[in-house]
Amino acid sequence: MSTNKQKKYWQKNLKILFRCMLVWFFASYGTGIIFVDQLNNIKIGGFKLGFWFAQQGSIFIFVCLIFYYAWSMNKIEKEFDLNEKDFS
Amino acid sequence: MELKALTYLIVGATFVLYIAIAVLSRAESTGEFYIAGKTVSPLANGMATAADWMSAASFISMAGLIAFSGYDASVYLMGWTGGYVLLALFIAPYLRKFGKFTVPEFIGERYYSKTAKIVAVLCLIFVSFTYVAGQMRGVGIVFSRFLEVDVSVGLLIGMSVVFVYAVLGGMKGITYTQVAQYCVLIFAYTVPAIFIALQVTGNPVPQLAFGGNINGTDISLLGKLDELVTSLGFNQYTTGLKSKVDIFCITLALMVGTAGLPHVIVRFFTVPTVKDARTSAGFALLFIAILYTTAPAVGSMARYNLINTVQHGEVGSPQGNLLYADRPDWMVRWQKTGLVEFEDMNNDGRIQFYNDKNPDYENQASKFGWSGNELKVDRDIMVLANPEIAGLPNWVIALVAAGGIAAALSTAAGLLLVISSSISHDIVKGIFFPRISEKKELLAGRIAAAIAIVIAGYLGFDPPGWVAEVVAFAFGLAAASLFPAIFLGIFYKRINKFGAIAGMLTGLFFTYGYIEYFKGLFLKVIGSPWGENLPANWLFGISPEGIGVIGMFLNFMVAIAVSYVTAKPPQSIADLVDNIRAPRSR
Repeated sequence: MSTNKQKKYWQKNLKILFRCMLVWFFASYGTGIIFVDQLNNIKIGGFKLGFWFAQQGSIFIFVCLIFYYAWSMNKIEKEFDLNEKDFS
Repeated sequence: MELKALTYLIVGATFVLYIAIAVLSRAESTGEFYIAGKTVSPLANGMATAADWMSAASFISMAGLIAFSGYDASVYLMGWTGGYVLLALFIAPYLRKFGKFTVPEFIGERYYSKTAKIVAVLCLIFVSFTYVAGQMRGVGIVFSRFLEVDVSVGLLIGMSVVFVYAVLGGMKGITYTQVAQYCVLIFAYTVPAIFIALQVTGNPVPQLAFGGNINGTDISLLGKLDELVTSLGFNQYTTGLKSKVDIFCITLALMVGTAGLPHVIVRFFTVPTVKDARTSAGFALLFIAILYTTAPAVGSMARYNLINTVQHGEVGSPQGNLLYADRPDWMVRWQKTGLVEFEDMNNDGRIQFYNDKNPDYENQASKFGWSGNELKVDRDIMVLANPEIAGLPNWVIALVAAGGIAAALSTAAGLLLVISSSISHDIVKGIFFPRISEKKELLAGRIAAAIAIVIAGYLGFDPPGWVAEVVAFAFGLAAASLFPAIFLGIFYKRINKFGAIAGMLTGLFFTYGYIEYFKGLFLKVIGSPWGENLPANWLFGISPEGIGVIGMFLNFMVAIAVSYVTAKPPQSIADLVDNIRAPRSR
């Protein structure tokens, strides 16, 4: 049975997921593919910016994004007392 | 010490290490055989996942692909890393909460249907065997070049090693071997990269050297590379030839495919908690990113080194090209394997390396007295030959061989394990003998693993296409078949068994059919491919590598549509989904 608490937890999870997916999409498809030509006009060091996002930047952002998600979920799980560590 | 002896020594030492680990971490129960008893720490699982997942394609082929296609190869970089975000956000924590042994087991229970389970097993075997064929070819390449044995002998040696630790150790043995293999492969990948970065730019960090200036000048590496390749008629390095829509679709197919690959998903069954599954995915991507951000740097420097070696003077000047007689040792060595070929078309005794497929460049080339590209370099050798091209010491070359083998073996073992557990657990126990004893199931798992290794080895003798391409297809198939079924199973309660089965079959057959039609996969014997693999013929301009995205959308649409016209899933399934969604059940 899904309790009220679980429903709220799930809603919050979906919100975080949505936010993360926006970043995920923008960091790869946005910068590295859709707007790559425009960004390539900007140069940082020896890199064209669009090319840099496609081959380096997107990957760094992905790593941070997963850790951010893990951290936010730990936080809301504590808030909703669904944290499994305390349980076992 | 001589290179060959040194290579034998280093590769031999790593083999002893892997087998020792396997003996120490033998699987005693089915739980240990399938999911290492759920006792792996998130950090160790992150490393094991990284090794499991970085295949011969990542280690051997990727930098070479980037070197030859520049920006267009970004699809692999973004695709094979961005998928981990999907995995960590949508799949891993929930399937860990489900807490069983295999991916088809989840599909079978969520869709309360043995048929759904069998379809999932079918998809899994299909995807995993396509993928494993690529690994075996990778093993073959490394052995034939570095140990100077026949490809078939190399394959046999590789198969025997995997056999020992996969059959004996199961998931537990594989996990700890993969941790060791990760260390070997990442060391082997980064050490030459650092040396080369230093040589080319003077900056030891490859990720920074990539955007740095060429040693002793104030011209950027990428700027110089763009100039060099275009002066030889190639496409600019930092921009691509592929259409935007194709780049988009290939990247998405690879990302979604990553999140749908059973051998990757299963790795997250081995950690103790849901929380660990998320953190572990973060660690996995971090460890993967070390290689994946190094690869494009290596690729660009390899291309630069190669062109600089062959075209050491001004383009078009009579003395601008390297004399064949003066060619470096690495070229001589790789010519023996047939992966580097030279043909003196204009009989000037010099090597011309340029793009003879570019009609706009033809005029200029004939003005230079060039009559065709004379040097063929197989892209799969770029990483392996790189230390030699850069003139690094022999122990580095030997290390790269060990790293390539580690990458191929760790992935092969992970794949073979999901194939065998799916057969012994989902088919033998799940369908035919539900009351089989644990001991017998374990034996069945070991026998299945042994048979799978033999088939994989056989596929390795004649895999379709080059390594990365074969692997890319496995991703398309996973994206179109398994991912939607798992995703909908967690996030959409209304999906019932009819929808899931129809969706998986639609995605699988559509994607497989498209690839077979244009590329020829398994049906070459009866005359595939049937269509010419040209952008003009493709559906919406999407290449066979990216078509998994369309397969995925078809899967989603069919699954949802069919579910709505058929009966709702029972209440017990809604409860199951609620249970999976909450990290702690009440």
